Amino acid sequence: MENFEPKIMTFLCNWCSYAGADLAGVSRLQYPANTRVIRVPCSGRVDPLFILKCLQDGYDGVLVSGCHPGDCHYLSGNYFARRKFAVLKASLEFIGVESERVHFSWVSAGEGEKFSQVISKVIESVKKIGPAQKLVKKR
Amino acid sequence: MSNLQEKVKKIFSDEKLDLLIGFEKGTLPLRAAPSFVRKSEDLDKLIFDITCQNNLAKHLLNEIKRNPDQKIGIIAKGCDARAIIHLISEKQLERKKIIIIGVPCCGVISPFKLKNVLNGREVTDCTINNETVICKGKDYEKEISRTDILSGYCLSCQYPNAPEYDYFIGEQTKPAPPEKQFEKVDELEKMTPDERWEYFKKEYSKCIRCNACRNACPMCFCDECFIDRNKPRWVGKGNDISDIMIYHIMRAIHLAGRCTSCGACSRACPMGIDIEALNKRVTKEIKERFGFTAGLDCEKNPALADYKTDDNDEFIM
Ligand code: FES
Repeated sequence: MENFEPKIMTFLCNWCSYAGADLAGVSRLQYPANTRVIRVPCSGRVDPLFILKCLQDGYDGVLVSGCHPGDCHYLSGNYFARRKFAVLKASLEFIGVESERVHFSWVSAGEGEKFSQVISKVIESVKKIGPAQKLVKKR
Repeated sequence: MSNLQEKVKKIFSDEKLDLLIGFEKGTLPLRAAPSFVRKSEDLDKLIFDITCQNNLAKHLLNEIKRNPDQKIGIIAKGCDARAIIHLISEKQLERKKIIIIGVPCCGVISPFKLKNVLNGREVTDCTINNETVICKGKDYEKEISRTDILSGYCLSCQYPNAPEYDYFIGEQTKPAPPEKQFEKVDELEKMTPDERWEYFKKEYSKCIRCNACRNACPMCFCDECFIDRNKPRWVGKGNDISDIMIYHIMRAIHLAGRCTSCGACSRACPMGIDIEALNKRVTKEIKERFGFTAGLDCEKNPALADYKTDDNDEFIM
């Protein structure tokens, strides 16, 4: 487990977290390189199925990050997303999938610093529980 | 003619109904069939008892899709009525075109439980009494207590009577004690996550992907379900446990804030999978987190089609 480098999928909202990630890069902030990024128009675009699909395909963790409440480019996308994610999280926990696999955050375009911290935290918590197994499809 | 038939006959002519959806005796013992009556004289075949296990809202929806202009009356247990009310809130049905005829429900039979109680023996004849059911078959006769074969959903049902109706025939039934509602969920929550995982894995590995749960569900009305999509193919259709799990989790999520706990899915399942636990866990989350219960109010937005700016986000970084 010592050298386990998790693979993390991140869904970043185009209007905030994606720009936040960009800022982190431009500001040369260091954070682990375990993430793959999918840019989405809004956190509300992220269907819980996307997250499950990542876990099925062998990602060790998933992060969805959107605009802070009130800042959504589409006004309410993140409010709806917040409700969906609460339900997804409860369902996964109940089924017995480690709750450390799936994370959510609000990161604005100006929060490069926060973005790098979020990524570090996600990776740290996924490292603790080890590689994904439960929902992974054996091929 | 029974009281039910007589009263429905009057409603049928008073309301000038084009169609009445109810239950009639099925071809199998202890299993009623949905009944579609267009002529008043055919109303004599209507029944309502513990064998009426389907959710008629599904048929109502199909009928409306076929011909949106008809005025339809429907016999509704508490859960059928809640499904109808929820479908109205989702603008799938129009309140003014539907006459809801509430009937008191004392629960319905779970075919799988019945099969277990009888050790798989076939029933050829039966008598339904107040407290028991007498099943007869080849070389046996057995008296079974009703509670041993009623659906788990019914034993924990909080809304046995239609919350909204145009007519109600009979006397309202008492709901189960409130602590019963999520009893099953509470029990599972006492386990560790790994124990629960084993439990669900065992349950879902029985799944043969027949989709009976989806087809029986009044809320599963999408023209194209995500499991039927090919481009992209989201979920495999085979018996891979990961695909099965994702199907069941996603179905529970698609039902979040919409499931009225009728249990039609569980009763339709030929393998007797515990579909109830996860669906009820989601229902509980919706109730506790958002204060919403599906199928009580035609005007209210479903929980996931709504939000409050100050919804809790303790789980978000
Ligand atoms: S636009 Fe960023 S969350 Fe909606």
